[in-house]
Amino acid sequence: MVRDITLGQFMPGKSFIHRLDARSKIVLLLAYIIFIFVCQNYISLLLIALSSLFIILSTKISFKLYLKSMKVILFVVVFTGILNLFYGSGQVLFEWGFLKITEGGINNAIFITIRIATLVMISSVLTFTTSPTDLTDALERLMKPLSYLHIKTHEIAMMMTIAMRFIPTLLEETDKIMNAQKARGADMESGNIFQRIKALIPILIPLFVSSFRRANDLAMAMECRCYNGGNGRTRMRVLHYTKLDLFALIFSVVIFAGVILCNIYFPATVK
Amino acid sequence: MSVIKTENLKFVYGAETSFEKVALSDVNIEIEHGEFVGIIGHTGSGKSTLVQLLNGLLKPTEGKIYLDGKDIWENPKKIRNVRFKVGMVFQYPEYQLFEETVYKDISFGPKNMGLSDEEIDERVHTSAEFVGLKEELLQKSPFELSGGEKRRAAIAGVIAMDPDVLILDEPTAGLDPLGRDVLLSQIQEYHNIRKNTILLVSHSMEDIARIADRILVMNHGHKVMLDTTENVFSKGSELEKMGLRVPQITKIMMLLRQNGINVDSTVLTVEQGFNEIVKYLGSN
Repeated sequence: MVRDITLGQFMPGKSFIHRLDARSKIVLLLAYIIFIFVCQNYISLLLIALSSLFIILSTKISFKLYLKSMKVILFVVVFTGILNLFYGSGQVLFEWGFLKITEGGINNAIFITIRIATLVMISSVLTFTTSPTDLTDALERLMKPLSYLHIKTHEIAMMMTIAMRFIPTLLEETDKIMNAQKARGADMESGNIFQRIKALIPILIPLFVSSFRRANDLAMAMECRCYNGGNGRTRMRVLHYTKLDLFALIFSVVIFAGVILCNIYFPATVK
Repeated sequence: MSVIKTENLKFVYGAETSFEKVALSDVNIEIEHGEFVGIIGHTGSGKSTLVQLLNGLLKPTEGKIYLDGKDIWENPKKIRNVRFKVGMVFQYPEYQLFEETVYKDISFGPKNMGLSDEEIDERVHTSAEFVGLKEELLQKSPFELSGGEKRRAAIAGVIAMDPDVLILDEPTAGLDPLGRDVLLSQIQEYHNIRKNTILLVSHSMEDIARIADRILVMNHGHKVMLDTTENVFSKGSELEKMGLRVPQITKIMMLLRQNGINVDSTVLTVEQGFNEIVKYLGSN
């Protein structure tokens, strides 16, 4: 049950996207997210959605898994879509009491749905194709300028590494505890919301207890190996840019330029 | 009629992802009422998957499981009843304790079964007694107990449901030698009194040899043997190929026999071995 959550899980592979430098993936992802919201008409939206689809397919990871990551936020997408249907101006197409569906509303709804869907799926590309260690390494390097402001970038990155390292462990632990309680007849699938929240107690308490125990053990193990922060630490795997990164950059810039041009030359559908 | 029967059982983890792994395939076993069955196998041989399938925590990818002749997945909504009938003690069960007091924790299972308060009270006390948990510990927080006491409290929590079949997944792992012996004796005693079926997963051949009637040997997700303890441990070389071994005393007796000393090599416990050797020395 818990294992089914695919949001943010690394899928090893050898595709072109997998081999990109993690730093360029992060930066380009951020740019992509910005441009998803920059586009103002259907043509630019189509451009960004299709190029995202191209990127997704080129990771050679089953499309089903991307859809699965969507499942988690499906409710949010549908809810915001429906909500947006009723906000908007323009010609009224349908009226029922105080609810009015306008042309602008429909446009808004379609836009927000496609935007969120693209956003989630393109973000999954980063987490699916980048190992957690590479990801935090890259973040540490990207945050380096902040260290001149006396922000402890290494410590932040280390905390993130540890947190990510323990996600699967905690999921596994949750699974185990859930099974143990289910074996004792714990019922987590029925009842009203209060009963369900109460049913979580037998899982959360053991989980907290073991997390504290783990944290303690880990701190001890790190100290035993003389860990004392980031100063002077070298790394086993050094990140470096390759031609692939240059190619990815050019590809993205072309798409972004296309989006801007479409925005200029075609009328805006949404503001 | 057998209490548990499986038919071409197959289980695949992470189906349709790049992590797909076949954990079990083509497992056919039959276990009779009141039997004490030991389950052995190398790490990753599918023992834990098998026992989780037996009490309905995992759903088989293919194949059927019959409990008292009825398919357990016939009505998925009633799977909880299967879990009450097939009690399961996981590895390191002390990590499942959560209540304010040991008493409340042990009563979690019976409460879920919808029993009356008197019945629950009785069950908590009898199961605590079975595992040798002192009366005064019942009102303490489970987090104040020692490791061994926590383990006992957790096992009592499953025994309190009075299951027809009790599955124990390495109940003695991480306990000190004395604690192991005592806990095993208590499990055996519980078995003798209740006459229910027990499945014990263990890496300790000595433990298994001491109390199991029959042994199920698993390897790479397949059933290799399901036979009486004597028969399984008489196939020492086959077991060693699978990364398992026979109890040390059995090994010694086998070596003695190979060196021309006429002793019975099917002994399973140190006591039996001792008697055999004394008998041999006496006859000379």
